[in-house]
Amino acid sequence: MLKEYQTVVNVQGPLLLVEGVSGVKFQELVEIELPSGKKNKGQVLEVENDKALVQVFEGTTGIDIPETKIKFLGKGIEIPLSKDMLGRVFDGLGRPIDKGAEIIADKMADINGAPINPYARSYPNEFIQTGLSAIDGLNTLVRGQKLPIFSGSGLPHNRLAAQIARQATVLGKKEAFAVVFGAMGITFEEAQFFVNDLKKTGAIERAVLFLNLANDPAIERIATPRVALTTAEYLAFEKDMHVLVILTDMTNYCEALREISAARKEIPGRRGYPGYLYTDLSTIYERAGRIKDKKGSITMIPILTMPEDDKTHPIPDLTGYITEGQIILSRVLHHQKVSPPIDVLPSLSRLKDKGIGKGKTREDHADLFNQLFAAYARGKEAQELAVILGEAALTDLDKLYFKFAEDFENRYVSQGEYENRSIEETLNIGWELLSMFPRVELKRIRDEYIEKYLPKKEEKK
Amino acid sequence: MKNGKIIKVSGPLVVADNMSGSKMYDVVYVSDYKLMGEIIELNGDRASIQVYEDTSGIGVGEPVYLTGAPLSVELGPGLLESIYDGTQRPLDVIRDESGDFITRGIQVHPLPRDKKWDFNPVKKKGDTVVEGDIIGEVKETVIVTHKIMVPPGISGKITDIKSGKYTIEDTVCIIQSGKEKYEIKMYQKWPVRIPRPFKEKMLPDEPLVTGQRVIDTFFPIGKGGTACIPGPFGSGKTVTQHQLAKWADADVVIYVGCGERGNEMTDVLQEFPELKDPKSGQPLMKRTVLIANTSNMPVAAREASVYTGITIAEYFRDMGYSVALMADSTSRWAEAMREISGRLEEMPGEEGYPAYLGARVASFYERAGRIIALGSDNREGALSVIGAVSPPGGDLSDPVVQATLRVVKVFWSLQADLAYRRHFPAISWLNSYSLYFENIEGVLKKEVGEDFINLRAEAMKLLEKEAELEEIVRLVGADTLSLPDQLVLEVARSIREDFLHQNAFHEVDTYASIRKQYFMLKNILFFYEKAKEAISKDVHIKTIRELPIMEKISRMRYITESKIGDLEKLHDEIDKEITRLINK
Ligand SMILES: Nc1ncnc2c1ncn2[C@@H]1O[C@H](COP(=O)(O)OP(=O)(O)OP(=O)(O)O)[C@@H](O)[C@H]1O
Ligand SMILES: [Mg+2]
Repeated sequence: MLKEYQTVVNVQGPLLLVEGVSGVKFQELVEIELPSGKKNKGQVLEVENDKALVQVFEGTTGIDIPETKIKFLGKGIEIPLSKDMLGRVFDGLGRPIDKGAEIIADKMADINGAPINPYARSYPNEFIQTGLSAIDGLNTLVRGQKLPIFSGSGLPHNRLAAQIARQATVLGKKEAFAVVFGAMGITFEEAQFFVNDLKKTGAIERAVLFLNLANDPAIERIATPRVALTTAEYLAFEKDMHVLVILTDMTNYCEALREISAARKEIPGRRGYPGYLYTDLSTIYERAGRIKDKKGSITMIPILTMPEDDKTHPIPDLTGYITEGQIILSRVLHHQKVSPPIDVLPSLSRLKDKGIGKGKTREDHADLFNQLFAAYARGKEAQELAVILGEAALTDLDKLYFKFAEDFENRYVSQGEYENRSIEETLNIGWELLSMFPRVELKRIRDEYIEKYLPKKEEKK
Repeated sequence: MKNGKIIKVSGPLVVADNMSGSKMYDVVYVSDYKLMGEIIELNGDRASIQVYEDTSGIGVGEPVYLTGAPLSVELGPGLLESIYDGTQRPLDVIRDESGDFITRGIQVHPLPRDKKWDFNPVKKKGDTVVEGDIIGEVKETVIVTHKIMVPPGISGKITDIKSGKYTIEDTVCIIQSGKEKYEIKMYQKWPVRIPRPFKEKMLPDEPLVTGQRVIDTFFPIGKGGTACIPGPFGSGKTVTQHQLAKWADADVVIYVGCGERGNEMTDVLQEFPELKDPKSGQPLMKRTVLIANTSNMPVAAREASVYTGITIAEYFRDMGYSVALMADSTSRWAEAMREISGRLEEMPGEEGYPAYLGARVASFYERAGRIIALGSDNREGALSVIGAVSPPGGDLSDPVVQATLRVVKVFWSLQADLAYRRHFPAISWLNSYSLYFENIEGVLKKEVGEDFINLRAEAMKLLEKEAELEEIVRLVGADTLSLPDQLVLEVARSIREDFLHQNAFHEVDTYASIRKQYFMLKNILFFYEKAKEAISKDVHIKTIRELPIMEKISRMRYITESKIGDLEKLHDEIDKEITRLINK
């Protein structure tokens, strides 16, 4: 028997304080009945003696002190899971919004999940071909990786994510895969872009969408990625599917968290974000991965917009400390019409090293990307120098690097939105670009690969 | 024992009353889920408890069970090759019990109870022993012999000692002291927050060779020393720590993954059984203990994990081994402290960290050292501690970095711009320092080469000169540089690219013995001497650049340890090629 309380004593921001309660548990799900009869959902943040502090997902608008009724439901936040979720659209708390039927639960699961035992993980090392050179060649994505896109407002991160979702394949394999899409506070248009793109390719049949849009309750966003990941875990580890999870925009998620923290009057960390933001984000990002003896996997691409394009802002900073690399978009490249405008130098995939090479991509891949990076970095330095001193002041060699950097951006990084390059193509473009250098400059490549792959220049007479 | 009653639950912090009779840092079990926790504040009969497991579903009025014992680790055969969580629960056993995801309230023994070890006594009946004396040995792995020691606080006469196969719970020795009779087993317990005792501490006097050129040659750490490696995300802290765990010439390695990624621990678990220790030729895992409390695992257990790790490390040190402990990342440990402190509503210090942050960091690193262990044989042990620090935005004014720099003697400064250029390890040669150079100079001179110290100094001078010259080039361009200065740039580049740069993922480059390092550097600097001479005799720098030896110098790193002789031959080639130019 669930007791009902009418003892709200304080409402502040998204929080309620209820008094005179007993038997309330930390993190318990709460039902709040407004005077209007509307029912909101909430969650217990703290219990002390006979008081419970509740965070209300839909916000506290319309809640009053005398009449609002509170019911503690004796369990955490759970969602029904089933394979029938594929092809469906839900709100940020997992309730259907596509006029389809309610989900008949194959099982119920708490959205907070539990940490994967590190001993049970299996190391991600299967190359995913995205068809994008800047990713496949230099920042290779592997199955089970969490690789965020750090973007800025107005940059084409959604297009990039959609292209990845469209083109991503594991070579030589036909396996069950699914896309789980969690939207936090993005606009209707942005969400529609994904929906349309998924529809166009027919991928919508294998997608599950959770949408919390800009005009939806902000606090609900705290649950959205967890709902999405609980679904992904079910599909991956119980239904053997390879799941790609796209979460956008993590910045809005973090802002919701900040709002709660401020309402609780916690000591703020940097820029007002709570000190536990790192730990909180890790309970989302670390849900990606592979597990020994399980067929499925969760690959995660969270998207975030960096406030003021600042990579040291706590949101990208703490994300980068948890994820396995990052793809960074650059406003400068975007203006130069390099598309996708991936800034390869600060971008990184940490799991690439075990996902590339012989039998996975090609034997020369590692040496090749080391060389390309080094050359591009030097080319960028030469370009900077040229800005100050003029191109003429560069040494001949630096002029060559200067030229290389330009070609590299235009021919390697830049490609069409529907251009799907094979890994061979990507590698070969790299070799072609390097062929402009004298051989001693190619220090990072083994001789045998130079012999084998470097396009031979015509002998000078 | 009596029970307390919960009056508050706030995340990992639980407050209970009716707790009189409990002590600070006692372990308690919370609610009927029996979640492990530790008392971190006492106020009247009220206790604040940090709980090592998820507290969802726990409420007011539920019981708290007292144990009366502090948070301790079990020390004995079976530690090596294990992977533990922050409170020494074996993760493989947890997986057997609860599946792929870690559920709550699982209680498992840290050391296997049923396994029989072959106990070889080294003392006999009638011998008098004191605390710390080795009474027997167990061949724990092919590399490490586990020494069974008389626990601190016990001494007397051996009235019985066994030989043969026993479990850790069997009594293998009885020590009598007056009326007191002690039954010694192969394992002991030790509270993690109290350093294990030793006789005497000494300064480090030999290098911990890591096989990493920038470290061993330029910023070495001594055996028993302390080092920190701060840097922004993606700059190479973890790869460097893994490299040290792989190649450092320590007898035992304790690797603490504190609040970092799950996959990084998996990586170690998959690689270490395959990789061979360069000294013994045996799998690295045979000398390794892993502590993994990843970022998504409970935050209070993360706080405990570094103490669990260092206590195990001290125990092996006490056996007379050289032990190296890596903690990745101490910032996550400090953040766990901050989170708990915030929930306790303590007065915050800088950036919300508790005021005692500096003291905790200092006393952690103070547990490192080269020591004379307890026991009558005066054996020497060493514990080197290397901590990664992850400051927000890579900003070194961060309180954790500052607190760390105040105590450690080696600073490996990772730079984002070097990492962007894929210059790895991205350790800055201009900002880093080591305060051990003088202590270990003698050993280096004797074992590597008399001129090693001078070579290092000369190379450093060239790198510093390069930084100055680059300033000039940035202002007025490269043309204005004199020929000797152009040569300096050329050689400094070679030091950076052919020596300091080291690819952790290349099968040969990943490790360079100190001798290989010495010959590599010697060749580069010999080239500099010869080239300087050539230039003074009007040989154009361009012709020098085109010599085939240039390419050979850049490939020295790929020469395997068994062919170090080739490096010496290269010395002669450099001589020949440049002399030919001069004579032309
Ligand atoms: N010595 C090295 N050789 C080759 N690559 C390296 C080396 N050091 C670092 N890297 C590259 O840099 C990447 C990031 O390194 P690492 O994971 O150690 O960073 P980190 O400083 O630990 O970051 P975080 O703070 O986010 O954990 C690696 O995945 C690898 O690609
Ligand atoms: Mg790391």
